[in-house]
Order: sequence, then structure tokens, then C-alpha cells
Amino acid sequence: MTKPMNNDITHHLSPQLLMAYSAGTLPEAFDLIVASHLSLCDQCRAEAESYDAVGGALLEDEPTAEMAEDSLAATLRMIRMGGEPDEPAPARPGTHVLPRPIRDYVGGDLDAVRWQNVGRGVRQALLPVNGDARARLLHIPAGTAVPDHGHQGLELTLVLRGAFSDTDGRFGPGDVEIADQEIEHTPVAEEGEDCICLAVTDAPLRFSGLMPRLAQPFLKI
Amino acid sequence: MFSNVDWIEDCDTLPLTPPGAPAGAESGVPAASRGAGSRVTRMAEDRAQGASEWVDHVVRIRDARDEAAFAELFAHFAPRVKAFLIRSGADDGLAEECAQEVMATLWQKAHLFDPARASVSTWVFTIARNRRIDALRRQRRPEPEDLPWGPEAEPQQDDVLALQQDSERLAEALRSLPEKQRVLIERAYFGELSHSEIAEETGLPLGTIKSRIRLALDRLRHALR
Ligand SMILES: [Zn+2]
Repeated sequence: MTKPMNNDITHHLSPQLLMAYSAGTLPEAFDLIVASHLSLCDQCRAEAESYDAVGGALLEDEPTAEMAEDSLAATLRMIRMGGEPDEPAPARPGTHVLPRPIRDYVGGDLDAVRWQNVGRGVRQALLPVNGDARARLLHIPAGTAVPDHGHQGLELTLVLRGAFSDTDGRFGPGDVEIADQEIEHTPVAEEGEDCICLAVTDAPLRFSGLMPRLAQPFLKI
Repeated sequence: MFSNVDWIEDCDTLPLTPPGAPAGAESGVPAASRGAGSRVTRMAEDRAQGASEWVDHVVRIRDARDEAAFAELFAHFAPRVKAFLIRSGADDGLAEECAQEVMATLWQKAHLFDPARASVSTWVFTIARNRRIDALRRQRRPEPEDLPWGPEAEPQQDDVLALQQDSERLAEALRSLPEKQRVLIERAYFGELSHSEIAEETGLPLGTIKSRIRLALDRLRHALR
């Protein structure tokens, strides 16, 4: 466990995102933020697992495909070659800031993050996710507004430490802000404690060299 | 969606609904299937029995490395996993290989299966889905932090049976959905809809199973304290 269950979460994931996570159709960056929120929120975890149950029911009713003749024997060979089953990892209640899904990408907790300055004291670290959607950690000094916050698709922001306020309200640890491109928003970190969050964005369409990048704002892509 | 809390409380004291018990009103079966009366409930119970049997199979693999139990699970689930992968875009060879790997994973991870939170089909689905993401979409699959349970937190039989029955009722509800709605849900699970196209109201009675899973999570959290 990263920390005791946080019952103060007021901004949760949407049913659409939870179902798509369960179905396994989200870009990796979105899977990462969903898995991170689920690590902190039993309410959404239970909902995600109920969507898993829908997948189980669909699988049960799935028409069958014929297996190869020696399929079972081959699988048993694979099992014997695999050795003894994995032992469960011991429960280690820790004092991590980052939930385990994020630690897996960082290679450690907060002190292992390699930050880059992006101006006004704000730092970010891109996480190495596959696919077009991007994931980055943000470190926003207390009382600071997030600069250069334009995004062109869906953006989700999960607070890991501290809090920020936006037109949608206050977001504390475990809360997720869901912002689509229509929302003009300027999150401001609360006074008192620096704010650390995970932000993921749908990537804008990439243009080949033929179309200048400058055209993008006009095309609203 | 609805959540029938009364019914869940009943289930804690009455893990096995007697076959003659009134069906419908308190059963958690969606309104659409209540018309069929006790037949639907009995079907759900028969299937729940089947679901609980699969739980026993996984336990036999976990505790005794029982290859006969594995062979039966394999005969039931491997062809479904393979069909699922083919429908998701794998060719026959890749689907065969991945289905075998999914079944081998089931053996390797039998000790991680929590029957108070999932049916065996649900568990197999999650393994197959993750294999699909890895093999077909070449992505990693971040999973939520584990809630590891110690031996003292071995789930109670009542909880296990109730969860298995809830899963079956959900499956029945899915089968009784109007064709159009069911097709939409299938498309969502086979990757033919984006998350923004997924409708908010699925019409599925997820409330009961969600509450059941929350109970299991609560107990787990307490056991870990
Ligand atoms: Zn939540």
C-alpha cells in the first residue's frame, strides 16, 4: 500500500474511462493514470472490477475457436519450463508519494524523478509510455499557476501531493481533473505545499513536413 | 444501474438462496428478466454452481498443482480466449500461442486469484486482455497497486459464493439486454469504440457486484491494518 486509503477523494474517473480501462482499449498513458487513481481509490477500483466482470461474462459467452491438437501438452510443457509459481510480493505499507504504477515508470519514488525546468519554477518529467498519448509528472511550486497549459485533446490530471484549484473546483491528493479541449483552464497550486501531479494528454495529430505546425492553431486540431 | 443494498445484506446471512425462494423482487435480477420468474434465477444459480466449481479448480491448482483440474479449465477457457484474441485481430497462430500463454499464466498466478472479488471467467478475461494489449497493441499495461492478502485474510466461503452468484446475475442481465445495447458493449470490449464513444449508461446492473467488490476490498483493508 502506498498510503492509507484516501476517503477525501471527490473527483473520480468517469464510467467511460473505467470501462475502457477494463476493456483494455485506452492508450498506455491513460492506462497509467487510471491504474494510479485505482491504487488510491477503492470506489473506482470496485467499479473497474465490476467492468472486468462484464468482460468475464462476454468471454464466457464467446463462441469457441478450435485449439491446436497438442495445445494442452504444449502448455503444460511451458508451465514446467517456467519453474515454480511466483510467490506473492510481501505487503509493504510504505510512505511512498508515487503510487506503484508510476514508480514502475520512474524507477523509484519521487527522489528518483529526473525533472526538467519549464519556467517559473515549474518542473516536469516525461514518462516513457508507448503510443501517442503523453504522460508527464508536474511539480508546481505552491501558489503558482501552471504555465503553457494549452492542450488539444483530452487531458487528465491526478494530484499526488498538495492541491490545486481550477474553475472546476479544488483538487487534492487522489483527485482527478478531466478536461476536454473546450475547457479553458488555469490550475493554480495552493499555498502551503508544492503540488505534484501526473498529467496525461491525447497527442494532437502530427503533421508531416508539408503542413507547417503554425497551421495547427487555426485548424483547431 | 441500481444498487440493491437490502439484497446484499440478505446474502450475508443467507449465502445460498433456497431454490424455492421468491425470485425477482430481491434477487438483484434486472427488471427485464424478472418476467421469466424463478426460471432465470435458477439458471443463474446453476451457473453460479458452475462458477464456484471453477473456483475449486483454481484452488486445486494453487494448492496441489493439480494437472487434471488444469486440463478441465483449459478445455473450457482456452478455446474462448483464442476466439477472443482472433476477434481482436490476432491471426490463428498468434491467438493459439497467446491462448496457451494465458492459460500458463493462470497456473503461475493461481495464488493471486481472489474469488471474493472475481469469478474465474473474469480473472481469465483480465489475463487475456493484458496479453492482447502486450502482443497486439505492443503497450505495457499499468495495473493498480496490489492489495496483497495474508493467510489470515483467506476469503470466507459465503463471500466467495455470493460474488460468484453476483457475477452470474450480471451475466444473465447482459444476455437479456436488447441486442443493440449488447452489441455496443461487445464493441467497447473488442476495441471498436473509443472511450468517448462509450455510453455512460450501459443499462447493466453493476451496482450489486460493485458493492460486493467494495465489501471485499474493505475487509482486505481492515485485515492489512
Ligand atoms: Zn475514484
